[in-house]
Amino acid sequence: MANGTVAAKLPSAQEILEPSASSLLLKRVFGHAGMTIGGGVLLFIFLIAILAPLLAPHDPFDQDLSKRFLDPVWGAKGTWLHPLGTDGFGRDYLSRMMFGAQTSLLIGFAAMLISGVIGTALGVAAGYFGGRVDMIITFIITTRLAMPVILVALVVVALIGSSLNIVIWVLGLLIWDRFAVVMRATTQQVRSMDYIAAAKALGCSTTRIIFTEIMPNVANALIVVATLEVAHAVLLEAALSFLGLGVQPPTPSWGLMISEGKGMMFFKAWVIAIPGFALFMLVLCINLMGDGIRDVTAPENRN
Amino acid sequence: MLFYALKRFGVAILVAVAVSIVTFSLLRFSGDPAAAMAGESATEEDIEYVRKHYGLDRPLPVQYADWAVKAMQGDFGESIYLKRAVSGILADRAPTTMILGALSLSFALILAIPLGVLAAMFPNTLVDRVALGIAVIGQALPSFFFALIMIIVFGVWLRWLPISGHASWLNFIMPSIALGYYATPAIMRLTRAGMMDVMSSDYIRTARAKGLKPRVVLFKHALRNAIIPVVSLSAVQLGFMLGGSIVIETIFSLNGLGNLAWQSIQRSDFEVMQAIVLTIASFYILLTFLADLLNAFLDPRIRVS
Repeated sequence: MANGTVAAKLPSAQEILEPSASSLLLKRVFGHAGMTIGGGVLLFIFLIAILAPLLAPHDPFDQDLSKRFLDPVWGAKGTWLHPLGTDGFGRDYLSRMMFGAQTSLLIGFAAMLISGVIGTALGVAAGYFGGRVDMIITFIITTRLAMPVILVALVVVALIGSSLNIVIWVLGLLIWDRFAVVMRATTQQVRSMDYIAAAKALGCSTTRIIFTEIMPNVANALIVVATLEVAHAVLLEAALSFLGLGVQPPTPSWGLMISEGKGMMFFKAWVIAIPGFALFMLVLCINLMGDGIRDVTAPENRN
Repeated sequence: MLFYALKRFGVAILVAVAVSIVTFSLLRFSGDPAAAMAGESATEEDIEYVRKHYGLDRPLPVQYADWAVKAMQGDFGESIYLKRAVSGILADRAPTTMILGALSLSFALILAIPLGVLAAMFPNTLVDRVALGIAVIGQALPSFFFALIMIIVFGVWLRWLPISGHASWLNFIMPSIALGYYATPAIMRLTRAGMMDVMSSDYIRTARAKGLKPRVVLFKHALRNAIIPVVSLSAVQLGFMLGGSIVIETIFSLNGLGNLAWQSIQRSDFEVMQAIVLTIASFYILLTFLADLLNAFLDPRIRVS
């Protein structure tokens, strides 16, 4: 660096001594390429999902059998009237993609919330109380891990009947294992800290210790797992819908769109490529966010 | 070692019992098995008849005990659709899934371990970045979508590989890749972390200092120790693959357990669904048990604590 610029821009004493925590965090967030890109694309998908009713050029349920499988705009006969073409019922693909983002995100977040509550409760209890409680909860976690998620989800959904709510609940009740495992390990680490002993010596109740001493200190790990579990739930929903036992037609869902386009994929590959790529981007960006949050909040664990 | 093995075995049996209870209850509480078996056009009397005939009118614990005792003797009842003993059907279908699982895991290990080692040898270089990129992409690509892309590219455009059935070993290539690549990111990351850890240890420095060839240091000293945690992870991943085989086998029309599970769900074939969930769970339990033993054998610290 040239000498002149250094002299001209000497930082103030306060800046050297104590950069504020939030400015440090912002610097780390924007210095992290994966997180910036992932967060940006994720924000874009969020906005599309929320604004789908305003942005969508057509009604996603509007069928027109005279316009089946029209090419997207880059195709041979593509027009801007249907930028991503139309599906087997002549429904506008772009509009269905936009509403499909709603389905994916809704199921991803709702299933993550349910599994997060279950997994965190179990994990924190196991980690904090230890002993027999830990033994029983570890056994429950092991049992859950032994059960194949997709298979159990399919069987249960097939028996109860599938709807958006049922898919959310079945996934939420199944994928709490990572929450429980990570929360258990993190709570065990935190439990042996001096400030927990101090809180106990002060006579704090167990509830108070868990909510005001443990929870804030395991929150970082919790956020990372929560992010990754949204991605997990999105992938599972897509797989269930692909097999016909997730979201039911005519609700737009990316997994369902791939399934519906399967018959046409040898002739028009874009029919499955568009929803497949969107699914890939969504999960990729959620994972990048998760990795980014981990790196930013705990840089020492990067490797 | 013996005490450790017995303790682990006891836990494995308890987990298997717990899984069987959960599976049994899930299937019973999720719907009315008699109504599902009787079909959509069945009258009240038909359903009542089915319920009596299959003993579904008895209290649940009695039904479970009856089923569990028979299951332990290898009798999983009869498929209402195929009119055959479930154990016989499973025995017919299991080999395909086992081959698929073994090939998928092999693919994952062959891809992930060298990449992990390379990434650890040259951290923060292009090699490391590429390996990380493969891992990040692998975790985000839905396996069924990946399978369809492979079918289009290698099956239809290039015509290199058959796209369905199980006539020859060629039929297993695409399904194994589709099922196996999903496990590569986890195995690669663990190998990389393990190698980074080991390479900075004192005994590697000693091995280098006494003039051993880099190849000997890498394979004989470092990799051997770094690979220990990968053993457990591989067992877990193989268990996940068996569960995930339902998607891949359905896409490639492989005649394994996954495809059977899918068909049984369509036919409301209760006994078969139950038996498949339990079989796959039992395999998972067996695999993790064996991995625990192998780990304890490789790392004496585990069996003492």
